[in-house]
Amino acid sequence: MRALTWHGKHDVRVETVDDPEIVNPRDAIIRISSTAICGSDLHLYDGYIPTMQAGDILGHEFMGEVVEAGPGSSLRKGERVVVPFTIACGRCYHCGKQQYSACDNGNPADNQDLGQALYGQPMSALFGYSHLTGGYAGGQAEYVRVPFSDVGPIVVPDGIEDDRVLFLSDILPTGWMAAENAGIEPGDTVAVWGCGPVGLFAVQSAFLMGAERVIAIDHFPHRLELALKFGAETVNFEESKTYEALMEMTGGIGPDACIDAVGLEAHGFFVDNVIDQIKASTFLGTDRTHSIRQAIIACRKGGRISMPAVYGGFVDKFPLGALMEKGLTLKTGQTHVQRYLPALLAAILDGDIDTTFLISHHLPLEEGPEGYRMFHDKQNEVTKVVLKPGMAATH
Amino acid sequence: MSDIRDDAPLTTSKNRTAVDEASAILVEPKGDALVGRTVTINRPRAELYAFWRDFTNLPTFMDNVARVNVLDEHRSHWVVKAPAGKTVEWDAIITEEKEGELIAWASAEGASVPNSGRIDFRDAQGYRGTIVTATILYDPPAGVVGRMVAKLFQREPAIQARRDLRRFKQLMEAGEVATAARNPAQHQQQQEE
Repeated sequence: MRALTWHGKHDVRVETVDDPEIVNPRDAIIRISSTAICGSDLHLYDGYIPTMQAGDILGHEFMGEVVEAGPGSSLRKGERVVVPFTIACGRCYHCGKQQYSACDNGNPADNQDLGQALYGQPMSALFGYSHLTGGYAGGQAEYVRVPFSDVGPIVVPDGIEDDRVLFLSDILPTGWMAAENAGIEPGDTVAVWGCGPVGLFAVQSAFLMGAERVIAIDHFPHRLELALKFGAETVNFEESKTYEALMEMTGGIGPDACIDAVGLEAHGFFVDNVIDQIKASTFLGTDRTHSIRQAIIACRKGGRISMPAVYGGFVDKFPLGALMEKGLTLKTGQTHVQRYLPALLAAILDGDIDTTFLISHHLPLEEGPEGYRMFHDKQNEVTKVVLKPGMAATH
Repeated sequence: MSDIRDDAPLTTSKNRTAVDEASAILVEPKGDALVGRTVTINRPRAELYAFWRDFTNLPTFMDNVARVNVLDEHRSHWVVKAPAGKTVEWDAIITEEKEGELIAWASAEGASVPNSGRIDFRDAQGYRGTIVTATILYDPPAGVVGRMVAKLFQREPAIQARRDLRRFKQLMEAGEVATAARNPAQHQQQQEE
């Protein structure tokens, strides 16, 4: 089959590789109909995530048709499914508590050592996202092997277009859980750093959960426009001072809840000038600063911080004092996708949530490398790239 | 430090005398390197014990055990993979067992890698299933150098014990051992490595 493979920083290719087959009883094989490039794929593309190996198949947002199911699978041939990016066994202690992204068993035993050494407990498994999280082949391919297929994939009705349900795989439940983790109360003002897909879905979710005002922060005008469409107020951090703006917009109180949907590649932060930047300012006064730090500083006393953003290692100058002295609550984690699927699918089918606005480009799988380049280089206009195996070439 | 020992398991001790203390809990201690590991498995104690007690099941989750032949009620023959494609073999004898609680063994006379140990099964608190603890004493093949070579090939007993227990947990909880292999051929190749 054809698959998009990683070979190093800014080097992804479409190659012919072995077809996946059933290995374990609970497996299913899915023929991919749509697969998206995620913002977190750019962390791989930029070489920030360790334990990648040349030839690894990328992609953790995908859907398609069941072409084969093992004897332990609940799926049947021909069913259309959206597959969660988190691989969960459904039977361990964590899965029993619906903490699917903390599943003990999805990550092969040999791959658990590094996570245990880094984080104190082994990482759970994800599709197409380094060997730290299992080394599973991803879905930017014609076919994919889905383990524990009786637990993860959700069957979607035949009539519904891929674009309406594809984002159940990751970014929609991630945005939803981000808002849930913000503990929103009626009358709240919620600030969201980053208007990428997760941030935009967090904006929608926050309103659905009863937020009175949502303030969206970014520097790409087109992304801020999208946030505006969903009723958010906007702050462009290149035009205005973010902390000061948030304080003034909330009557000097600060947002009740702050959502960091940016993460480890915050623009202007993860570069060599970072240290200088911090030293040169109190880090309150700079605009292009690290989002989580700013969220903690801006948040009102007794407020809540939700951090769906991906971080991998250590953060310097973390404002632990502000976290304690203001009595903030911080919630974070990879998304427990499986927990949210039935309710979010229903919301989509009922028309309460629309995800199609996000897609700016459809490309054939064969043009995947171009898709990565576009998504990486033109974040203002390229909001989401969906790859389609078998689609005719665009040029 | 006072003479009163803390509650931490012997396998986590910073003190070299831990090996002697661990030997004291084995009926027939063999070996002078101590490894141990605990895992919580969300299944009933009796089920886990029964699966483990049938030693022919062990190669399904112990990657370095090629096969186990049960010779009689107490004696079994083990064929274990060693670095560089070799195998080592020995007979193991059950030295103590309590239904649903404990299996202890020691290698028979003449084993090339003298070893002994015990597997304990205890109920976990809060309906979390069963706590399984492996405590193993062994003589590293060819001493320290052999141990380093084994580590290089990831056949070092401490690494193996940790990974074997994780696979045991996967098999008992999820019904299968997790693998990222894309097809059976790749799976086979990974197991042989």
